[in-house]
Amino acid sequence: MTSAPRTLYDKLWDAHVVVPESDSAPAVLYIDLHLIHEVTSPQAFTELRSRGLAPRRPDRTKATMDHSTPTLPAAADGTLPYASAASEAQVATLARNCAEYGIELFDMASAHRGIVHVIAPEQGFTQPGMTIVCGDSHTSTHGAFGALAFGIGTSEVGHVLATQCLLQRKARTLAITVDGPLAPGVGAKDVVLHIIGVIGVNGGTGHVIEFRGSTIEAMDMEQRMTLCNMSIEAGARAGMVAPDQVTFDFVARTPRGPKGADFDAAVARWRQLRSDEGARFDSEVRIDAADIRPTLTWGTHPGTAIAVDAPIPAANDAAAQKGLDYMHLQAGKALAGTPVDVVFVGSCTNGRLSDMREVAQVLRGRRVADGVRMLVVPGSEIVKRDAEAEGIHEIVRAAGAEWREPGCSMCIAMNGDLVAPGQLAVSTSNRNFEGRQGPGSRTLLASPMSAAWAAVRGQVADTRELFAQEVA
Amino acid sequence: MAGFRTLTSASVVLRQTNIDTDQIIPARFLSTTERAGLGRNAFNDWRWQADGSPVADFAFNQPHNAGRRILLAGRNFGCGSSREHAPWALTDLGLQAIVSSEIADIFRGNALKNGLLPIVLDEADVQALMQRPDDALTVDVATRTLRTPDGRVYTFPLDGFSQTCLLEGVDQLGYLLGRTPDIERYESEHAR
Repeated sequence: MTSAPRTLYDKLWDAHVVVPESDSAPAVLYIDLHLIHEVTSPQAFTELRSRGLAPRRPDRTKATMDHSTPTLPAAADGTLPYASAASEAQVATLARNCAEYGIELFDMASAHRGIVHVIAPEQGFTQPGMTIVCGDSHTSTHGAFGALAFGIGTSEVGHVLATQCLLQRKARTLAITVDGPLAPGVGAKDVVLHIIGVIGVNGGTGHVIEFRGSTIEAMDMEQRMTLCNMSIEAGARAGMVAPDQVTFDFVARTPRGPKGADFDAAVARWRQLRSDEGARFDSEVRIDAADIRPTLTWGTHPGTAIAVDAPIPAANDAAAQKGLDYMHLQAGKALAGTPVDVVFVGSCTNGRLSDMREVAQVLRGRRVADGVRMLVVPGSEIVKRDAEAEGIHEIVRAAGAEWREPGCSMCIAMNGDLVAPGQLAVSTSNRNFEGRQGPGSRTLLASPMSAAWAAVRGQVADTRELFAQEVA
Repeated sequence: MAGFRTLTSASVVLRQTNIDTDQIIPARFLSTTERAGLGRNAFNDWRWQADGSPVADFAFNQPHNAGRRILLAGRNFGCGSSREHAPWALTDLGLQAIVSSEIADIFRGNALKNGLLPIVLDEADVQALMQRPDDALTVDVATRTLRTPDGRVYTFPLDGFSQTCLLEGVDQLGYLLGRTPDIERYESEHAR
């Protein structure tokens, strides 16, 4: 039997259809892995309870605490410095719900706790070929493994808890091909910011993106996660990369991934997870890696990405002017040289070990500039442990930056880690919306290397300078 | 959820494009375990000064906009975070329909589950409606139309399933639970 060439997305979709979609109803799609955290799950459990339902497959849901949790250590008596009683109550509610329904929880005492999109890949819960959802838009991160992974609302969290399924309409497909080597000082974050700058903050709406090309194939898993993480910032439903040996090797090293013969059988299946020759995408975009320079954002949405040395574009509409006014930035000037108050390194975008190493590489033997506050927040307990084993925490502290406990921290600013009103932050997180890092905060999104270099220079600076110095 | 057949109301206008869910409901108000009560903080940082006093010229603070149930918004409304708190906040504020030339995917799905109707029209049509916010617009879910008092009729896309759910007040979880035999079969056939 011959069949039409299929995209990776087609294959993932087809393998999870419980009831096909029709004109009158969306498909019922099976969900392999459901991740939950304290902020978007409590109302879903309340809904289940009010209907007398229990989770259908508690073994397929994993829980962590990350958004509202403090990044300062516990007091001597074990008390954690929560930002508010409400935050503490929300965390306690998650613990109660997980205990009641037998859901595995990585709680504040766990040595494996961390940001949901950091720990699931780390543990090996995230695997190629899976459908993965979470009440969190950055669930697209897991697409880096060749999974169909996307964010859902709280009602849908309830749907998955109760039925292990979701009602879904199939999305359109967008192939983004990036070819060529990246310049020194340019990393996955620059690539994805550049892409969003090209296709726009709504360039992926209604689509699932497949990232492909030699630049993507050369990326390690952490870089691919950074890339897929920000698919949602272009409005895409999901982003994904076809799994390859790099993916299989990563999963092989995880504690909870398949082992032995199970692993070998899984890899044989996973090798089929790539878009067939001749598969048709609804849209295609090609990007030359040589065009990508260190990239940051100037405005109040992630589509306002430009190279560090490029002029900020003139406002062509009221929204862009509002963005410039909010950011106190001037069209025509480059971002390089903009004074910085705060630098944040962390989040599900850039809170992994390679990100910590990148920061340490810049900070080693250097100091954070006077007047700049720098926070480095590992994405998980394991990232923290591994970074500390390499002495990264000492480099960070010696430079005058703060080394914190794992969590979402200043990316979403729910836990008391705030950028003060009017302050300008260079942040490795994923959103530069007005007030995202605290009321009145101003955010420039950047790579870990750009963030660390800005902290040292006290202003936005071109990471290529680091390499020019080494050559000289 | 009660059925949603028709709606007649004047509109509130927010011309800003790319209104993200952090503007609709800032993250610091998500430390709740309830759905209700988020309307007070809808558009919080555009609507209230740091001292809690109203920002006088913000649309939702203008007395003539009180009680209006349709929001006309700039392109790409609801982008960003998947927080369902966004539609919860908007419905708590009294809104029942959002009209824009583009509405972000996750927000759109969340809105439909809360009886908040996402209406996507051509940008030129949205701009035209924004010129006359005091007109009482009539939304008819059964015909998927929005009508102006002077007789213009705009048809908007709404898939049949979402339409039925709105009209009948059908609960999507109930529908999914009704497919339990299919789910059981899938699990046994696919070793799930």
